[in-house]
Amino acid sequence: MNIGIEQGMLLAALLFLTGLMGLLVRRDVIFMLISVEIMLNAAGLAFIVAGSAWKQADGQVMFLFILTMAATEVAVGLALIIQLFMKLKSVDTNKANTMKG
Amino acid sequence: MILAWLIILLMGCGLLSWLAARWNNILPRIISLAGVVVQLLVVVWLWINHGQGSGASRWITSYTHSWIPAFGIQIKLGVDGLSLLMLALTSFLGILAILASWKEIKDRVGFFHFNLLFVLAGITGVFLSLDLFLFYFSWEVMLIPMYFLISIWGNENRVYAAYKFFLFTQASGLLMFLSILGLYLIHGRHTGIYTFDYEQLLGTVIAQQTAFLLMLGFVIAFIVKLSTVPFHSWLPDAHTQAPTAGSVILAGLLLKTGAYGLIRFVLPLFPQASHQFAPMAMNLGVISILYGAKLAFAQTDLKRLIAYISVSHMGFILLGIYAFNQMAMQGVVMQMVVHGVSTGALFIIAGALHERIHTRDIGQMGGLWSKMPRMGAMGLVFVMASLGLPGLGNFVAEILILIGSFAANKTLTIVATIGLVAATIYSLRIMQKVFYGKEQKQWTVADFGFREMGIMISLSVAIIWLGLFPAPVLNLAKSAVVSFAGMTNKQVQAMPDGNNRKYPAKNHSVICMTVIRKNSLNNHIDLKAPIKDDRTGY
Amino acid sequence: MKELLWLIVALPFAGSLILVITGKGLSRFTCVLIGVGSVSLAAILTMFVGVDYLNANPTGTPYIETLWQWMNVGGLSPDIAFHLDTVSLCFIFVVTFVGALIHLYSAQFMWKEEGLRRFFIYMNLFVGFMLTLVLADNMLLLYLGWEGVGLCSYLLIGFWYKDPANGYAARKAFIVTRIGDLGLTIGLFVLFINFHTLNIQAILTAAPGKWPLGSGMALVTALLLLSGALGKSAQLPLQTWLPDAMAGPSPVSALIHSATMVTAGVYLIARTHVLFELAPVAQATITIVGAATLLVAGLAALNQHDIKRVLAYSTISQIGYMFLALGVGAWSAAIFHFMIHAFFKALLFLGAGIVIWVLDEEHNMFKMGGLWKKLPVTFWTFLIGAASLSALPLITAGFYSKDKILWLSYASDKGSVWLWLAALAGAFLTALYAFRMVFLTFFGDAKKTPSQKPGLLMTIPLLALAVLSLIGGFIELPADMGHFTPFSDFIEKTLPVTLMGTTGHYTEFAFQLVSAIIAISGMIAAYVYYFNKPFPAAEPKRNSIQQFFYLGWDFDLLYSTIIVQPIVFLSAIDKNDFIDKCYNGLASLAILINKILSATQNGMVRRYAVVLAIGAIITLTIILYL
Repeated sequence: MNIGIEQGMLLAALLFLTGLMGLLVRRDVIFMLISVEIMLNAAGLAFIVAGSAWKQADGQVMFLFILTMAATEVAVGLALIIQLFMKLKSVDTNKANTMKG
Repeated sequence: MILAWLIILLMGCGLLSWLAARWNNILPRIISLAGVVVQLLVVVWLWINHGQGSGASRWITSYTHSWIPAFGIQIKLGVDGLSLLMLALTSFLGILAILASWKEIKDRVGFFHFNLLFVLAGITGVFLSLDLFLFYFSWEVMLIPMYFLISIWGNENRVYAAYKFFLFTQASGLLMFLSILGLYLIHGRHTGIYTFDYEQLLGTVIAQQTAFLLMLGFVIAFIVKLSTVPFHSWLPDAHTQAPTAGSVILAGLLLKTGAYGLIRFVLPLFPQASHQFAPMAMNLGVISILYGAKLAFAQTDLKRLIAYISVSHMGFILLGIYAFNQMAMQGVVMQMVVHGVSTGALFIIAGALHERIHTRDIGQMGGLWSKMPRMGAMGLVFVMASLGLPGLGNFVAEILILIGSFAANKTLTIVATIGLVAATIYSLRIMQKVFYGKEQKQWTVADFGFREMGIMISLSVAIIWLGLFPAPVLNLAKSAVVSFAGMTNKQVQAMPDGNNRKYPAKNHSVICMTVIRKNSLNNHIDLKAPIKDDRTGY
Repeated sequence: MKELLWLIVALPFAGSLILVITGKGLSRFTCVLIGVGSVSLAAILTMFVGVDYLNANPTGTPYIETLWQWMNVGGLSPDIAFHLDTVSLCFIFVVTFVGALIHLYSAQFMWKEEGLRRFFIYMNLFVGFMLTLVLADNMLLLYLGWEGVGLCSYLLIGFWYKDPANGYAARKAFIVTRIGDLGLTIGLFVLFINFHTLNIQAILTAAPGKWPLGSGMALVTALLLLSGALGKSAQLPLQTWLPDAMAGPSPVSALIHSATMVTAGVYLIARTHVLFELAPVAQATITIVGAATLLVAGLAALNQHDIKRVLAYSTISQIGYMFLALGVGAWSAAIFHFMIHAFFKALLFLGAGIVIWVLDEEHNMFKMGGLWKKLPVTFWTFLIGAASLSALPLITAGFYSKDKILWLSYASDKGSVWLWLAALAGAFLTALYAFRMVFLTFFGDAKKTPSQKPGLLMTIPLLALAVLSLIGGFIELPADMGHFTPFSDFIEKTLPVTLMGTTGHYTEFAFQLVSAIIAISGMIAAYVYYFNKPFPAAEPKRNSIQQFFYLGWDFDLLYSTIIVQPIVFLSAIDKNDFIDKCYNGLASLAILINKILSATQNGMVRRYAVVLAIGAIITLTIILYL
């Protein structure tokens, strides 16, 4: 059965918002990373839905790009989080506040 | 070529001094002294050979070398009577500044002399440049080494003073740069030639409104440098906190670059706008004379007192420049030379005193004549020069300025003459508080030694010679000044005048009624610097 | 010989310069030798030059000697040039001769001072500047001498600099005279703008052509020059500095503040007489100022207890007479009185100096007394001086000079009976205070004994001046005594003849008789009130009127209230320059904005993320919908 583009986009938007809320509300830096992942996937979903609506493969190609980028970003991010954890002995971002003006 | 060598020599000796400090501390002093002495000799040679003023061409000698042809920027240097006088003053005061700081500066001697010589090089560049870009470049070159001089070797509040000096001069300099660019673009648009060359820019036709704005850019830069009220605030702090050599060069030379700029650039480039501005400028000059004198009288810090004396004397210069007649203009040039000598001498005395008793507070001095008769006698000579005693140079300058501006505006000149009485009041206060009267504290101090007496005697001979035989200086200035006055008149008459205003403008006895509201901020400035701001202690 | 005119001026300057340069290397004796010698040589040279000049120019044509051109700017080309005519010859004679005598006196007076060398430097410098003033051929050089004598006066009044009161008196003198000089300077500007030269003779020749009689410009210029003269000659309203100037050593008071500097104003007016003649209002002002001053100062002198202050007020008063004479057009009479006054006033000051010196710096006359036996030479010379001051008839020079002025104050064409009455009242006061001074100082009980005696160096000048105070008048005898007038003939080669008005029934003899009676009655009154009276050895009690006169009519209070205190107050409240506060305010504003903006950099990463998100949303909205 056909899923209308509006519904797909709606799902992508809901997922994006969930991710955004998670990013803004969560204190734990790992959960922030997970939220960023959710946002990225939501954006990917939006691309695929749009691609299928236009009957072109571009959407799925974009999704591959996004996935690759997300993977790289998670690798780098996790490395930074480990460094941060070694410095702060905690994953609470509120503690990373020494760079104030 | 010799002109370029003058600047290169100073910069080279500066670098050598900086390097020489690795070996011992005497070497930089000797190198820098040698450099400035050579410069003085060259200037004297130029004076003797071409001292009758320029012949056919306007310049005694000139030098041109292309620098950035794409923008029309050249290294163009030229010397005429006025610049020659200023160069002579530069080298003379430079030598005395180096001699005065012989014993005073003990750490980072090489870097000190590097900065000193670069300031002198910048000043030489200012007095020699005939290319507007090069002029601005030299203007900025003067600033930065002076900033270092004040902030590294200065007194207790040096960082504040250095910042203030830098910000004032830099900001106004940027306004001048905007004007230079404006002039450059307008000239380029009219004639198709985009150039910064002074002589080519002289005939630029500019609309009246624009000309006034462009002139204002220049004027503000020069007025700030000349420390005219209300832009004089940087001067007392800079002079007070600078080391002796810094004060001598600030008072003796840097202030004069402002006057030089007005004479060399503003009047010839914008004759009509200058005439429009003249009543305002003369008013500002008179206000500077009287307000500076009033402030000088109230000070208890000796160097601050002498700094306000400079503000007052520079008011005479502003008054004279905008009187637009030959007598006043020659008086102005004379005042530039003479003020450098007399105020420089006063700063050297103040510096010598500070070295000995480590305070500048006149409340702790008094009765010092008995302990230091030589210093007292020298102080007397220069205090008398400051108040305009005939027989010393300042009188010649002031009387020429006053007679000249009397022809232009009688009321303002009468008010300015009251400045002479005011000068008496603050000058005699110096003598009374420092050398006469009861001793406030029992200081054990040494009188002037051989080196210091040598400096003071050459300065006294200079000021007496200028007072009794001013003819050589006045003749040298005449050749330069006549061409300005003549050019200014000619240009004005040749220019299309949209508003049909008659020239010369009538005497406006406009008293500037500016109401300045007292600032209500009582904050103490805290720059988060380690040095405490205790200005109010003095 | 008269080519050596420049040497007369150069010698004192050279003396001063040598003493400066050689520093402490010279012995005290050599310093004195140079100091006294330079002025004495100048005095001798003056005689030779004068004689040579008079032989060469019997009609009084001026002799001008140019040394070099001072400057040449825009039409102003004054030379350093000296102009010798009969008036300046008279002045340089007095300056050098009386100056030499006073230098000789001070050799002994100041011998024990540690500042002996400095004293002679300043004194020689003063004589040099005074000679420049009276010999100047242009107004700018005159102004140089004018200011120069002001400088030396400042230095010499404050000579004993350790006492701040002396410094205060010195500054007061300089500043008050400078206020007068303000007018003189502006007068110079006006003269130059109108005549395009400052050469005095050129101005005087061109003035009648350019300015009609009674013109406003002439009046303005004359009044401006007059204000300079008022300051220097200590006339109303600028007379407050002279009594305080007595803080200086007595030779200074004798030379500067009686004989020479204070008469510079008289010289100026006499020299520029053409301008004053073109402005009758100005000349009338001189007369009124002179008449008022002589009365004010006379009353003040009567109530002083300090012997030098009596003499100071007396000087102010006598110069008032000279101004009175100038104002009524009695030019040669004024110069004559200047010369005679120089003699007897210097004599009086030197004598007072001896009295103060021997009594260990006692200035209060009421603490003196009984000195006539102990200091005979001083007493007799002082008596001669006082008699000359009081114009004792026939035998003193003062009689001839002062009576001439009294006669002409009525008889000249600008004179009036009121002027004569004022001058007569002044003469009575003069005799009264002069002999009060003599009787208090030299007679009565000896309250203090002298600790030393004056030597030869101090006595010779006294004797010389005393002789001059007696016989000096005989060179100008009035019409009814033989009309022997070599002096006024001499002066009138340069200055105008005094025009006479109608005198009605009265003859000169009647006036002389009246003034003789007045003078003698003044002396008698002094005798009655002050001779051998038992005064307590302290400052006398004064009622409020006497106190008012004692304070010199309290001009000091007036000036302090309306000028000095406001200026000091205005300076003090703005000491830190309110304009500075504006700039510091700008800096404070920048710092404030910095503080506000730095609050956003709090290091909270999550806050940054929120701001990022909100910003992105807003930007998107704007792009999509606007």
